[in-house]
Amino acid sequence: MKSESNLEKVLTDSTFAVTGELGPPRGTSAGVISEKAHYLKEKVDAVNITDNQTAVVRMSSLAASALLIREGLEPNYQMVCRDRNRIAMQSDILGAYALGIRNILCLSGDHQQFGDHPKSKKVFDIDSIQLIGMVKKMRDEGVFLSGEEIAEPPRMFIGAAANPFGDPLEFRVHRLAKKIAAGADFIQTQCIYNMDRFREWIKQAHDMGLTEKAYILAGVTPMKSVGMARYMKNNVPGMDVPESIITRLKGVDKKQQASEGIAICCEQIEEFKEMPGVAGVHVMAIEWEKRVPEITEKAGLLPRPEPS
Amino acid sequence: MVKAEIKQLQEIKTSVIGYSSILITGCGGCVSVCLAGGQKEVENLVTKLRLSCKADTAPKNIGGMTVERQCEAQFLSQLDQEVPKYEALISMACGAGVQYLAERFPDKPVFPAVNTAFIGINKDLGWYEERCQACGDCVLGITGGICPVTMCAKGLLNGPCGGPQNGSCEVSKDIPCAWVTIYDRLKAQGRLNNILDIFAVREWQNQTQGSIVLDAYKSRYTGEKK
Ligand code: SF4
Repeated sequence: MKSESNLEKVLTDSTFAVTGELGPPRGTSAGVISEKAHYLKEKVDAVNITDNQTAVVRMSSLAASALLIREGLEPNYQMVCRDRNRIAMQSDILGAYALGIRNILCLSGDHQQFGDHPKSKKVFDIDSIQLIGMVKKMRDEGVFLSGEEIAEPPRMFIGAAANPFGDPLEFRVHRLAKKIAAGADFIQTQCIYNMDRFREWIKQAHDMGLTEKAYILAGVTPMKSVGMARYMKNNVPGMDVPESIITRLKGVDKKQQASEGIAICCEQIEEFKEMPGVAGVHVMAIEWEKRVPEITEKAGLLPRPEPS
Repeated sequence: MVKAEIKQLQEIKTSVIGYSSILITGCGGCVSVCLAGGQKEVENLVTKLRLSCKADTAPKNIGGMTVERQCEAQFLSQLDQEVPKYEALISMACGAGVQYLAERFPDKPVFPAVNTAFIGINKDLGWYEERCQACGDCVLGITGGICPVTMCAKGLLNGPCGGPQNGSCEVSKDIPCAWVTIYDRLKAQGRLNNILDIFAVREWQNQTQGSIVLDAYKSRYTGEKK
């Protein structure tokens, strides 16, 4: 084991892993975190804590991760390159480890233009692949990026994101390869709706031997309604929502659309369980945490292994 | 070349309120090429300011003069006779020119009349686009002649991010994704290998004021032997 992460343990035991996601509040309430955590408890192996997602200011992912530990859940601490330089990042990683955080997800981050401070100054001192390499260096070599020694290095289980649907399609698997070569231990994908494309991508990854080198968790987000599906299709960068999903949701009564969305999601999870190279699922039910128990139940993902 | 854009007249006017005489100085270099601060723009601004500065507090005496380049002492010296006749100066040069002018005449308040925008190209008549951020460590040889630092909204060296769609950057449908462009060009040239390896963390070169002394001149400025 590279870390003392529960997620790593689940994955190395060859158990089909489940991760969830929790967005910190736009305010100071620790109560919001306990409330959301309550729905995820014993339903997932680790919970991603987003880092000012869509460049909108929220409680820091570091603080929210620490609060999640208090609730008895394991955080997957997200860190984006948009807001911090290498000094701040390394310092936060040390602090995160000291607070008991054992998983880190390294991301580029959405451009600030989308957020609530569109004219803020971007940082991007290093990019997500370089961040992965930096965390690995800190863990495996016990040194900072500068080469200077760390007293008691942080032993993180290192995650990265992959989008099988972005441009250029042929390059996507190579970018995955770069992230794994940089040191990613596990990968969480963008929300998958286009299953054909995903099958093709995971097959390529599998054929290249990448699924042997890192654990790949397939990302899902249940659709709440036809409106949400259309919005995701048209407004969310890097999202591939096929027309067939929209047609299927349109085909049921408005009141039934949420359940239909969950049904689609569970069918996908059933397929992932059998798909070579897929080691788990990442359920991103942002602001819909209360449906996670139902999804994990229906998809046959429960009970989760007891964290040691 | 450096590209700049003239400020709103109101902002320029407000900056010189209270001075009875001002000299508007132009630059015949980059800012003249992008029609922001050359001789013609100086004449234009002189006329506009004269017309609109009728109030008591506005300057009464407004002159104009353009030198070949404000970023060179040799050319700035042409202003030596003229400047003492005025209370304050307006510079229509880029940020570098404004500062060199202010350094030469330290007792005169200097006000910029343009916003220096970027190092760019002339895309078409009156249309300029940024191409270089002067990072001090050029990688264009690796990235197919397309600058990831400038052209990628996130300045990624191991792009693309998860955002591009239909070849456009996630920030706008109208901006091509730099990394899709890099990929396409390298692929066409059979050089995709360039971006399969990880681009290591960079040591940014532009974090303190830049300065270049050519080897041939080192001894002249530092006393160092060649
Ligand atoms: S979409 Fe392309 S250009 Fe835009 S930020 Fe991502 S990699 Fe950079």
